[in-house]
Amino acid sequence: MVLLTLLAAITIGIIRMRNLFAVVVLGGIYSFLMASVMIVLDAVDVAMTEAAVGAGISTVLMLGVLHLTKTQESKPKHTPLLPLFVAVATGAALVFGTFDLPPFGLADTPVNLHVAPYYLENSLRETLVANVVSSVLASYRGFDTLGETAVIFTAGIAVLLLLKGKRKLKPGPKRRRIGR
Amino acid sequence: MRLDVIFRVGAKILLPIMLLFALYVQFHGDFGPGGGFQAGVMSAAMVIFYAIIFGLETAQKVFPPRLAEIMVPAGVGIFAGVGVIGMLLGENYLNYSPLADDPAHGQEYGILLVEFGVLVTVSGTMVAIFYCFMGRGR
Repeated sequence: MVLLTLLAAITIGIIRMRNLFAVVVLGGIYSFLMASVMIVLDAVDVAMTEAAVGAGISTVLMLGVLHLTKTQESKPKHTPLLPLFVAVATGAALVFGTFDLPPFGLADTPVNLHVAPYYLENSLRETLVANVVSSVLASYRGFDTLGETAVIFTAGIAVLLLLKGKRKLKPGPKRRRIGR
Repeated sequence: MRLDVIFRVGAKILLPIMLLFALYVQFHGDFGPGGGFQAGVMSAAMVIFYAIIFGLETAQKVFPPRLAEIMVPAGVGIFAGVGVIGMLLGENYLNYSPLADDPAHGQEYGILLVEFGVLVTVSGTMVAIFYCFMGRGR
């Protein structure tokens, strides 16, 4: 509850802030709080990822981008009414959807009765890997993980193509490539 | 980047611990939380930390951008390649059972190899993107 309150406070801060440096730093704090929430929910590996990616790498990347652009957000040109309506409607729909979810951590819900018992019972015998998350991720659901790795690969290649491609050749007798 | 001596000394103490923790998360992922993605992100964060403290050029000497760019497809190649090996040995694609005499051991080796592929792709991608952003516009 404390964590969620802090999250809400930081979100309001991010919305109201116009200085982008402060927004980036607040985003890092948001990620750390989110990681704490994940630890409370017993998802330690997600928390590790959130802390390393959200608070670490993306904050550094954002700061690098701020180095290249302005650090002050410009005034919005349109009234924020339509975006506000869309955000509130989506949020309300999501909250409405949670009413149908079973209580958190209940053992006899469909999600815990489908294939999860099979994994929990047979993972150690079939794969000799004690961590069921690892065995499901890499072995039982290997295709999904291969797809995820391919997504990261695609994203990386796309960013590299956008940012690293040949820049404009300088006019002159010696045309040399810049950027390598 | 000439910074305080405290940063440099502190970074030198922290960096090996970060790398060790990344490797621990990678290879202990069979028993504790973690795996290829987390370890890849951590090792990439280590390289980025080094680059922030000691400067981009120094970091690129230690970890050349070319290597990071090769790692991006190499990890997917390792992952898919393990699947193909399983297929060549007479099982379904991405079934690791024939990798060892005992099917369960095969699964264990397969999971290790696949996680290594994820590590390679993730850390390569993160570092390559970081180098891209930092190498621009000065």
